[in-house]
Amino acid sequence: MTELTDEQIALKDTARRFTERHIIPNLEEWEETGRLPRELHRVAAAQGLLGVGHSEEVGGEGGTLLDACAMQEGFMEAGASGGLMASLFTHGIAVPHMIAHGSPHLIDTYVRPTLAGELIGSLAVTEPGGGSDVAGITTRAQRDGEDYIINGSKTFITSGVRADYVTTAVRTGGTGHSGISMIVVDSNTPGFSVTRELRKMGWHASDTAELSYVDARVPAQNLIGELGQGFYYIAEQFVVERIFLALMGYGHAARALSLAAQYCKDRITFGKPLVANQVVRSKLVEMHRQVEVARTYTLEVARRHVAGDNVIAEACLAKQTAVATAVDVTNEAVQLFGGAGYMHGTEVERHYRDARLLPIGGGATEVLTDLAARLLGYS
Amino acid sequence: MNVVVCVKQIPDPADPGALDPNTKTLKRDGKLILDESDSYGVEMALQLVDAAGSGEVTLVSMAPNGEVSGLRTALAMGAAKAVLVSDDALAGSDALGTSKVLAKAIARAGEADLILTATESSDGYTGTVPEQIAELLQLPSVTFAKEIAVDGSTLKVQRQTEAGYDEVECPLPAVVSVTAGVVEPRYPSFKGIMAAKSKPVDQVTIADLGIDAASVGWAGAGQEIVEIAQAEAREAGTIIEDDGEAFAQVVKFLDDLKVV
Ligand SMILES: Cc1cc2nc3c(=O)[nH]c(=O)nc-3n(C[C@H](O)[C@H](O)[C@H](O)COP(=O)(O)OP(=O)(O)OC[C@H]3O[C@@H](n4cnc5c(N)ncnc54)[C@H](O)[C@@H]3O)c2cc1C
Repeated sequence: MTELTDEQIALKDTARRFTERHIIPNLEEWEETGRLPRELHRVAAAQGLLGVGHSEEVGGEGGTLLDACAMQEGFMEAGASGGLMASLFTHGIAVPHMIAHGSPHLIDTYVRPTLAGELIGSLAVTEPGGGSDVAGITTRAQRDGEDYIINGSKTFITSGVRADYVTTAVRTGGTGHSGISMIVVDSNTPGFSVTRELRKMGWHASDTAELSYVDARVPAQNLIGELGQGFYYIAEQFVVERIFLALMGYGHAARALSLAAQYCKDRITFGKPLVANQVVRSKLVEMHRQVEVARTYTLEVARRHVAGDNVIAEACLAKQTAVATAVDVTNEAVQLFGGAGYMHGTEVERHYRDARLLPIGGGATEVLTDLAARLLGYS
Repeated sequence: MNVVVCVKQIPDPADPGALDPNTKTLKRDGKLILDESDSYGVEMALQLVDAAGSGEVTLVSMAPNGEVSGLRTALAMGAAKAVLVSDDALAGSDALGTSKVLAKAIARAGEADLILTATESSDGYTGTVPEQIAELLQLPSVTFAKEIAVDGSTLKVQRQTEAGYDEVECPLPAVVSVTAGVVEPRYPSFKGIMAAKSKPVDQVTIADLGIDAASVGWAGAGQEIVEIAQAEAREAGTIIEDDGEAFAQVVKFLDDLKVV
């Protein structure tokens, strides 16, 4: 296994204990009700868990992507759900553009309170017309004096129902990449509304919204960075987002494996434990192999990213590797649990449903493969 | 208010421990962690210093091979500094030998208003060190504290008993052992973990503390471990298949035990 530093191991342990104390006892309820309580964001922030990987200058805890990876491993090992991770850490996709390019006003108004657990933010790129083709978005922002007037709709937006603000990708110019900008929309802006709370196969603890913007008037100072740079700002964050999704992938797989391994020791069929069958043991070892490969490769790509290497292609491959692992391993875990694995309330069933999102969200596998092909010169 | 907390670093209870057949003692050559029993004392000390508004928490530990992993955990929780006694001559120390070393280390840690310990360690369970330290330092000893408050120079302790608790008062400084589970130990934040890396650990030998090697370790031990043996394996339980009448057998079983 890839070595973490002593400090990363300690952080992972803190995350694991936080999860066991504050999350696991309530998780089933949150999965049922479909959303996390605001209080959890505050408690997690007070423990310093929301700011890891964000600099202290913007209200974070400091540390690198690798520290954040270690922390996420702690959550996943303790049995956190995909929805919980997505919803509690939505700021991981909602604030980075502001941190990298936003004005001090945006940092103070949105980033600091979010890392302090006081505000909840979302990122809205995907539209009913398409998610993979980011350059094709149609939601429009028209300059009007000191404001922008926004019209359009977004869908599949994580934490969008609870969000206090939405970092929104809008078209401010012509067609294609260069016509896109990023702007922060307060959710109490007249004309902005949550039109639907979407029901999903998995990620139940996470609220997912369809959003509508009808003549929503937003101050121009909420524009992030420069006009027309939105696509590039979004693309810059893709490496980190994909590494986190990869982490979630092998996190689901590792947890499902450990649950299945225990079950195979305890469950007796034909007078002996399941694990006494060679076919079962070889399944478990294959699951173990996939987890090891996914984890080692993902952390290696994260390490190279932190070291300053260009790993755009490798981040695609890491995500692909780890999410395939998640889908396969959770599937085998359900299989080994038999009927119990198909029952609602069995943890592996939840991981199986949660894992299915990963090859779609944050860049569908086909799209990422194609991108990697171009970057690696296979075109 | 300055509080010293004695903390033990022990082999991780999650990994099965092993006894050394030659020395007949627990093997401690791997990585050691903070004894969970001590995390309650650390938490209480941090709360007391917080409430007092000034002062700091200092850790005292005796461990082989200059081990600091467990100390770093407590430093990450918020303790300011540590004194670590590590010396090959300490191998084989019994409870009294350990107490002698800790008493000297506490003196080295500076002026203390209060000294906290756990009631017993999770790997040795002798449960005698706190009282011995108090005796060696000529300080009052209060045991099994579930709540501690400081009022001027008076210490007020709720001392856990089987029936409830006693209210005990004594002058400061004093040595108090803290019952496990009475407070919720904080877990270290990332900033705390990073800050702990550079907090001072004063590592000393017994010579630095002016302790005679003959009075500690194997040489000074008044206790001898004569023999170690495998604990008897627990007998397999009886499995009753419920045919609708199993309750009768359960009642009979409890009846035989004379518990109903
Ligand atoms: C639970 C959930 C949470 C989400 N959260 C957010 C969020 O917070 N913010 C946000 O902006 N978006 C979010 N999304 C949207 C997500 O990023 C998109 O679903 C994803 O980008 C795919 O876009 P799409 O659904 O429009 O699929 P489409 O773009 O319509 O693609 C459909 C499928 O076609 C295939 N495909 C597409 N293009 C190609 C191609 N060029 N070559 C080969 N195959 C192709 C892929 O298999 C793909 O899965 C979320 C989605 C889900 C399900």
